[in-house]
Amino acid sequence: MLMVSITVFILAAFVGFEIITKVPPTLHTPLMSGSNAISGITIVAAIIVSGRAEGALATSLGVAAVILATINVVGGFLVTDRMLEMFKRDPR
Amino acid sequence: MNGTLQSVLYLIAAVAFIVGLKRLTSPATARNGNRLAALGMLVAVITTLLGSGVVSLTGIFAGIVVGSAIGVFAARRIAMTDMPQLVAAFNGFGGGASAFVAATEFIRDPGALDTRISIALSVLIGSITMTGSFVAFAKLQGLVSGNPISFKGQKLFDGFIALAILVLAVLLVTSPTSLIFWVLTLLSLVIGVTRILPIGGADMPVVIAFLNAASGLAAAAAGFVIGSAVLIISGALVGASGLILTSIMVKAMNRTLIRVLAGGFGGTSGPQAETGQLPVKRATADDVAITLAYARSVIVVPGYGLAVAQAQHVMKDLADALKARNVEVRFAIHPVAGRMPGHMNVLLAEADVPYDQLYDLETINRDFSRTDVALVVGANDVVNPTAREDTASPIYGMPILDVDAATTCVVIKRSLSPGFAGIDNPLFYMEGTLMMFEDARKALSDLVTAVNNV
Repeated sequence: MLMVSITVFILAAFVGFEIITKVPPTLHTPLMSGSNAISGITIVAAIIVSGRAEGALATSLGVAAVILATINVVGGFLVTDRMLEMFKRDPR
Repeated sequence: MNGTLQSVLYLIAAVAFIVGLKRLTSPATARNGNRLAALGMLVAVITTLLGSGVVSLTGIFAGIVVGSAIGVFAARRIAMTDMPQLVAAFNGFGGGASAFVAATEFIRDPGALDTRISIALSVLIGSITMTGSFVAFAKLQGLVSGNPISFKGQKLFDGFIALAILVLAVLLVTSPTSLIFWVLTLLSLVIGVTRILPIGGADMPVVIAFLNAASGLAAAAAGFVIGSAVLIISGALVGASGLILTSIMVKAMNRTLIRVLAGGFGGTSGPQAETGQLPVKRATADDVAITLAYARSVIVVPGYGLAVAQAQHVMKDLADALKARNVEVRFAIHPVAGRMPGHMNVLLAEADVPYDQLYDLETINRDFSRTDVALVVGANDVVNPTAREDTASPIYGMPILDVDAATTCVVIKRSLSPGFAGIDNPLFYMEGTLMMFEDARKALSDLVTAVNNV
């Protein structure tokens, strides 16, 4: 299992390098906030582990994970959209 | 929902992230790309909620509601100048989520060897990212000093903690106990704080980019814990993105990641520069307005001083006034013009400056020699010719904008005080340089009036 995970990780990292090097400097801030929102995918893990957590401590830690990941996802995508909305081409 | 369908939906989400990021390669398609990625996230979340194994939904829904409310509030209310703090905080939340996932899973079942390796990685990276990001946030927000903060023997202390973390991580994998897990977590949280505190404000763009990469790695590590491909793929993408941005920033600042993380550089109180013994040419708004109004081409070099003075909008007014007189106006953006990669572009976009008027360093540097006026507003180190010529200069080798190649260079600056690097700038004393000692906003609005009266 761990080897499969490592394989997927390395291949995805190569895809990431290929794509991200083509992002122009003018979009680097939205890239950061947008990719940050994508890293909020931890919300999936947070939901799964909270769903099967037992006991008060584990349950509260799980819910805390859900809260933090949700802030990342919702806030990240929204603020990126807000920024990208402002990028306009010269009308002339 | 059966396992295969679930896997397919997660794959769709991962593809949406990749295509979404690909659309971020052009400003014309970027917004659409971000929305596609958001849609992918929605698919992933719904798939998870409907999946088997989720027993109690009450806590999860409460968490999603609370998190969404905070996220919406932060995204709506944040000022564009404060974007670095927000991204720093979000990096921290991402890291924190991964650490909490690892803790929750460890309490339930430390699992087999593979899982324990993943749990150790996840709690380690996640905790360091969380506290490190919160310290970066506090520095950027001005809650703690932007100067390097350290104590005697700090490096030894950090080295000791790093060693202890390494030993505990190995112990957690071989013979897991709760005590080892919690001490490992605690030490990771501590080293996040003690390693970021000694880093000065000027290095924060590098730190945020690096913590961005770390938040991606934390997500991937959480993916290792629960064996989820979509988490691993997303985490790897973000990790790659953060590392690329980190490398761009360290090159633009003439630093290395190791030296940045070693700390101690770039406080606001650098060595005192020798200023004021050489004559400078002072110019009034009227002098400068005439130079600008009769120029064929002008390149504006905005620095962070422009943003501090909230002068982006009046800058745009000046550009419009000049364009109305058929002056070609372009903006040259140094990679470290703002407080994070691409920050200045966002600030100018907010002021409705079209993105096709913004040029990066490599693209525009050759054009300065064919330009009548270079207008430097609130920038200093990024236009300092010593970076090009003086091998003894601390910023020697840093890529700069060659504004001194323009026929006339106008510098708007509050005083002759040195920039972050704490060194004097010979540009100010050059033959073709005119100095306007004024707050950026005041100077620019005077210039708008004066240009309209020419």
